[in-house]
Amino acid sequence: MIYGTAVLAACYLVGLALGEWLGTWMGIQANVGGVGLAMLLLLIARWFSRRQNADKPLLSGVTFWGGMYIPVVVATALQLDVHKALGAGFIALIAAVVTVLACGLLVRWINRHEPTIASIVSEGSDGHD
Amino acid sequence: MTDLLVKVATQNGLITAFTVVGLITVVASTLSARLTAGRVHASAIAIVIGLVLAYVGGRLTGGSKGVADWTMLGGISLMGGAMLRDFTIVATAFEVDPRHLREAGVLGAVSLLLGTIVPFVVGVVVARCFGYTDPVILTTIGAGAVTYIVGPVTGAALGASSDILALSVSAGLLKAILVMVGTPLAARALHLTTPRSAMVFGGLAGTVSGVTAGLAATDRRLVPYGALVATFHTGIGCLICPSVFFLIVRAWMS
Repeated sequence: MIYGTAVLAACYLVGLALGEWLGTWMGIQANVGGVGLAMLLLLIARWFSRRQNADKPLLSGVTFWGGMYIPVVVATALQLDVHKALGAGFIALIAAVVTVLACGLLVRWINRHEPTIASIVSEGSDGHD
Repeated sequence: MTDLLVKVATQNGLITAFTVVGLITVVASTLSARLTAGRVHASAIAIVIGLVLAYVGGRLTGGSKGVADWTMLGGISLMGGAMLRDFTIVATAFEVDPRHLREAGVLGAVSLLLGTIVPFVVGVVVARCFGYTDPVILTTIGAGAVTYIVGPVTGAALGASSDILALSVSAGLLKAILVMVGTPLAARALHLTTPRSAMVFGGLAGTVSGVTAGLAATDRRLVPYGALVATFHTGIGCLICPSVFFLIVRAWMS
C-alpha cells in the first residue's frame, strides 16, 4: 500500500515541479500542465513495474487514491463559494451560460462521429475500455 | 456530550470530512436508487448536494469557503482542496490506456486551444454588451470565462480592481458548476462514450473540477482522459490571456 502511494506521491511532486519550472520558463505565474505531466510519469512508472513483474504492490496503493477521487470532488463542491458566485450578477451568469453552451455545441460537433451511449455497452464487453 | 463531540470533530478535521462526505454519498446512493432507479448517477447527486450545502454554508456564515467556514467542518477545505484533488486525479492515470492517448493527441491539443479561445471571446463580448470598454476589464472577465484560476491570475497581472477580479472568478466558478451538473445530463448529446470524446470534452470545457466531476458522474472510466487534457487548460490560459489576448483586445478597443 505505501509503495504505491509513495510512487504516486513522487510522480505528483516531480510533475508539479516540472509544471512550475515550465511556468517560470515561460514567464507566467502558473503551473503549466503539472498534473498532466505527473499523470504521464505515473504511466511510465507503471510500464517499468510491469516489465519487472512488480506492479501488484503498486496497484493497491494507487487504485485506493484513484477511488478516493469522487469523494474528494464532493468535498471540493462542498467548499466552493456558491453563494457569492450566484450573487455576482448577470454578467458572470450570462458569460458562464453562453460559454458552456458554445463549448457544448463544439464538443457535440467534433464528437459527431463517436458512437452514442447505446454502443458503449458492446464496446465495454469487448474489453476495449 | 455535544461539546465533546464538537471538540473531537474540530480537532480531527480531515477525519470529520471523510465522515461527512461518506454520509452524503450514502444519502446520494439511496436517492439515486430509490427515486431515479439508478438513472441519475449517485456521484452527480452527491455533487449537487455538496453545491447546495456550500450555498447554504456561504449564506449562513458569510464566508467564502462554503461549509468549510464552520470550524467543525474546516477539514473539508483540506479534503477538497487543490492538493488532494490533484493527487487523486493523478492516481486515476493508472486506468489510462496509452494507445487511446496517441490516437487523440492532436485532437486533444486542438480542442484545448479552442477551449481557451471560445470562452475568452464569449466573456469579452458579454462584458462589452454590458457597457465595459476598458481592455483590462474586458480581458479579465474573458479570462474568468476560461477558468476561475486564469481570471484572477490575468486580472492581477494586468492590474484590474478587486471587484472585477471577483466578477471574473464568479464567471469561472459558475462555468465549473454548470459543467459539473450539466455533463451527466448532456452526456448523450455530447457523445461522451469513448476516451477520445472525453479528451475533446476535457479540452473544450476547460475547468478541471467541472470536467472531472462531470465525467465522474457520467462514466468513471472517462475521468483520466478528460483530466489529462483539462489540466493543461489553466497553464495555457494564464500564458495567452494576459499577453496575446490582451493585446488583441486593446487593439480592438482603440
